Amino acid sequence: MKRTLLTGIATAALTATGALAQVDQNAPQGGEMVVTYQDDVATLDPAIGYDWQNWSMIKSLFDGLTGYEPGTTTLRNELAESHEISEDGLTHTFTLKDGIVFHNGREITAEDVKYSLERVTNPGTRSPGAGFFSMIEGFDAWNAGEGEGLSGVEVIDDKTVEITLSRPDATFGHVMALNFASIVPREAVEESGEDFGREPVGSGAFRLAEWTPGQQLVFERFEDYHREGVPKLDQVTFSIGLDPTVALLRLQSGETDIPGDGIPPAQFLQVMNDPAQSERVVEGGQLQTGYITLNTQMAPFDNVEVRKAVNMAINKDRIVQMINNRAVPANQPLPPSMPGYAEDHEGYAYDPEAARQMLADAGYPDGFETELFVMNVDPNPRIAQAIQQDLSEIGVTAEIRSLAQANVIAAGGEADQAPMIWSGGMAWIADFPDPSNFYGPILGCAGAVPGGWNWAWYCNEEIDARAAEADAMTGEGQQDAREEAWRQIYLDIMEDAPWVPVFNEQRFTLHSEGVGGDDALFVDPVHIPVNYDYVHSTEAR
Amino acid sequence: MGAYILRRLFESALILLGITFVTFVLLYLVPADPARQIAGRSATAETVANIRDQLGLNDPLFVQYGRYLWNLAQGDMGRSYLQRAEVADLIAARLPASLLLMLSAIVTELVIGLTIGVVAALRRNRPVDHSLMIFSFVSISAPQFVIGILLLYVFAVKLAWFPIGGYGTAAHFVLPSLTLGLLGAGWYSRMMRSSMIDVLGQDFVRTARAKGLAKLRIVTRHVIPNAILPIIAMIGIDIGLFMSGIVVVESVFGWPGIGQLAWQAIQRIDIPVIMGVTMVSAAAIVIGNLLADLAAPLIDPRIKTK
Repeated sequence: MKRTLLTGIATAALTATGALAQVDQNAPQGGEMVVTYQDDVATLDPAIGYDWQNWSMIKSLFDGLTGYEPGTTTLRNELAESHEISEDGLTHTFTLKDGIVFHNGREITAEDVKYSLERVTNPGTRSPGAGFFSMIEGFDAWNAGEGEGLSGVEVIDDKTVEITLSRPDATFGHVMALNFASIVPREAVEESGEDFGREPVGSGAFRLAEWTPGQQLVFERFEDYHREGVPKLDQVTFSIGLDPTVALLRLQSGETDIPGDGIPPAQFLQVMNDPAQSERVVEGGQLQTGYITLNTQMAPFDNVEVRKAVNMAINKDRIVQMINNRAVPANQPLPPSMPGYAEDHEGYAYDPEAARQMLADAGYPDGFETELFVMNVDPNPRIAQAIQQDLSEIGVTAEIRSLAQANVIAAGGEADQAPMIWSGGMAWIADFPDPSNFYGPILGCAGAVPGGWNWAWYCNEEIDARAAEADAMTGEGQQDAREEAWRQIYLDIMEDAPWVPVFNEQRFTLHSEGVGGDDALFVDPVHIPVNYDYVHSTEAR
Repeated sequence: MGAYILRRLFESALILLGITFVTFVLLYLVPADPARQIAGRSATAETVANIRDQLGLNDPLFVQYGRYLWNLAQGDMGRSYLQRAEVADLIAARLPASLLLMLSAIVTELVIGLTIGVVAALRRNRPVDHSLMIFSFVSISAPQFVIGILLLYVFAVKLAWFPIGGYGTAAHFVLPSLTLGLLGAGWYSRMMRSSMIDVLGQDFVRTARAKGLAKLRIVTRHVIPNAILPIIAMIGIDIGLFMSGIVVVESVFGWPGIGQLAWQAIQRIDIPVIMGVTMVSAAAIVIGNLLADLAAPLIDPRIKTK
C-alpha cells in the first residue's frame, strides 16, 4: 500500500517548477477503464449535481474558469487564460483562452460565462449551490427572482468577463472552480430543458456518449479538449447497480478497474492482508472530519466546562481502531490536508479521570442523562456505542437515537431537538480546499438557524467577525496571514468546545493493474474516487 | 363474466387510490425535509426555502395530495426531485427488466418447487423426502442477500460459468432468477408435496390403480393435474413477495429494475419516484391477484366467479 500526503504534494506542487511534477506528461494515451457504482447517477447537470458520485463525473464533462492542478488542492486557470484581481479585491477580470469549444463544436464566449452564472443563481433552476455565489454583486436581488440577471457579471468583449463582488472574498477562485460554476452552452440547456442532466453538453475532457439508465454510462474522449494530451483514456465506462461486495468480486476477476464505492468495510481487512491486492491500494487524506456536536443551547451542554469534559472523555484511538484504522484521530475541526491545520495543536487529551472531576466541578458529580443522535448505517451505530461507553465512564448516560440520515439532519436543524449528534455519514467534507469551508455552515452564526447545519448551534459573534476579516484578505501577499488567521480561529473555537472532533477519514482507493498514474491521482482531493482525466491505461500503446 | 371483471377492475382502482393516499400521508409525516435533501449540505436557508416553495411543499397535505391526483389523472406522475427526469420515463426504463426477472423467477420456482414436491410425495418419509424437505426449509429461511452472494461467488467468480452481475444476455438471468425463485421453490415444494399426498389418497387414484394403470401414467395424468390446482392460485399472490425480493436481488446482481429505483428513492425521500414505484408495484399485485382469480375457474370448473 502506498501513502500519499496531500499537504506534501500541495507544497511540492507550489515549489516545483511547472507545478505539474506529479503528472506524467509521457503517460500513454488510449485504452479504457471500467468504474463500478451501486447507485444510479442522479444527474449530470453541473448546476444541480451535488453528491460525491456525480461530482467528479461532472468535473470530467464540464470545465469552469478555474480548476485544480491534478492530484492537488492548488488552484489553476481552466477555461480562463488569465484571472486578474483589482487592488480592492472587488473586481475579478477573467480572459478566456483562445479556441475553446463545447462538445457541440461551438466556441465558448464571455456570454456563456454570464449565462452559466445567471442560470445557477436563478431561483427557477433550484440549484443547491446557488448560495456559494452570494458574494457576487446583485446576487440577492436576482436570487430572489427580481431583475434581469446578475448585475455584477459584465461581458466586456467576446473573450473578457468582469465579475464585481459586493465584498472582497479570498475564496472566490475556489468558488469559480466548483462544479456549479461550470460553463454551459445556452442553446443545449434550452433545448433539453429539465432533461439537461441526462443530455449534458459541456467542454470537459470527456463527453457523454451513452447512458442506459440503471446499467451504464459511457464517457468518450473529447478530441477538441483545450488541454493537449488530456484525457489519457479514450473511454471510461461506468457500470451501475453493483453492490460494493460484488463490485470487488468483479475487480478480483479482472472485469473492472475501480470500485467507485470503495472497499466495503467487511472486506477491508481481507484486501489489506492480501499483498497482491494491497499493493494496488492507494491511501490518502480526505478533506473530512467526523465529530460529535454538543448543542450549546441545550442544558447541560450550554456549560463550556461540560463540553470540555466530554471532549476529554472520548477515546478516539479506540474508535479509529474499531473502523480498521481507516481514519486518523482528530483534535480540531480542520483535517490535516487542509491549509490552516494546526500541526502542533494537542487538543483535549483522553483523560476520563480528569473529565469526571471537571464534570463534578461544573455541578454534575453524578453525571447526567442525554441523547446521542446517529445515522443508522454501519459503522455509525457502532461508533455511537463506543461513544456511549466512553460517556458512561464519566457518569453520563447517553441514549442512542439511530435514525435515517434525513431524520438526523432534520433533528440537528432544530434548536432543541438533538443534544448530541455523531456526524458520521452526513458531515462534513469540504466543498473546496479552503479553511473557511469548515466554518460558515457548520460553526458560524449563519448555520445556527432552523434547517441549518450548525448542529452545535454555536454562534460566537466575535469569531464570526474575525472569519469575515480573514476572508477579506484577498491581497497577493496576504495568503500566509490569512491561513494563520483561520488556524487561530479554529483553535479559539476549540476553547469553546462546541464539538468533539473524533477523526479524519482516510481514503483507500483500490485499482486494477490495468490503470496507472501517479498515486496522487487516485486520491485526488477534488476528484473522488480518481481523477478520470489524468489516469492512464497500462495497456495503451 | 364481463360484469365480474368490470366490478373487480373498479375495486382494484379503489384499492390503488387507497394505496396512493396512505403512501402520500406516510411520506408527508416522515420527519425529514425533501427540500433539504434536494438542496444538499451547503445550501443556505434561502435556497432551501426557495426549493420548498417551488415544489409546493409548503401547501397543506390535502392540497398537495389533490394536486398529485389531478396530475395523475392526466397521466402525469411528476418529475423526480433529484434526477429531475419524468417519473414515468424512469419507471418505463426499468420496468421491463423487473418483469422479465419476475417471469423467469416464476418459471424457476415452479420448475424446482413442483419437481421437488412431486418427488418428495412419491418417496414420502424416505431419506430422499427428508433431504428434499430440509433443502426447502433452508431455501425458505436463508436471506436472499446471502444466497445471491453465495451463488455469485461459487458460480460466477470461482467457476466462471456466469457473468458477475449485470444485465443483457440469457446467462445473466440464471443466478438472479435462481436467487429470487429459491424462496418460492421452497414454499411450492412443501405445498405440492402435501397436495400430492392428499390426491394420492383419493378414491379416483385407487380406482385408477385398480384398473391396472401404470404408476407413471397415474401420476402424470391423474395426480399432478389435480394436485397442481391450489398452486396456480398462489402465483398471483407471489407477485407481492417478488416485489419485496427484487429490491434485494436487483441490488446484489446489478439488475436495472424498479427495485433499485425504489431503494435509491427511499433513501433520499424522492417522493414522486416513491409514489410512482409504489403505485406500479401495487398495480402489479392487484392485477396478479385478479388474473389468478380469473384463471382459477378455467383450470377447475368447480370454481365459479361471482
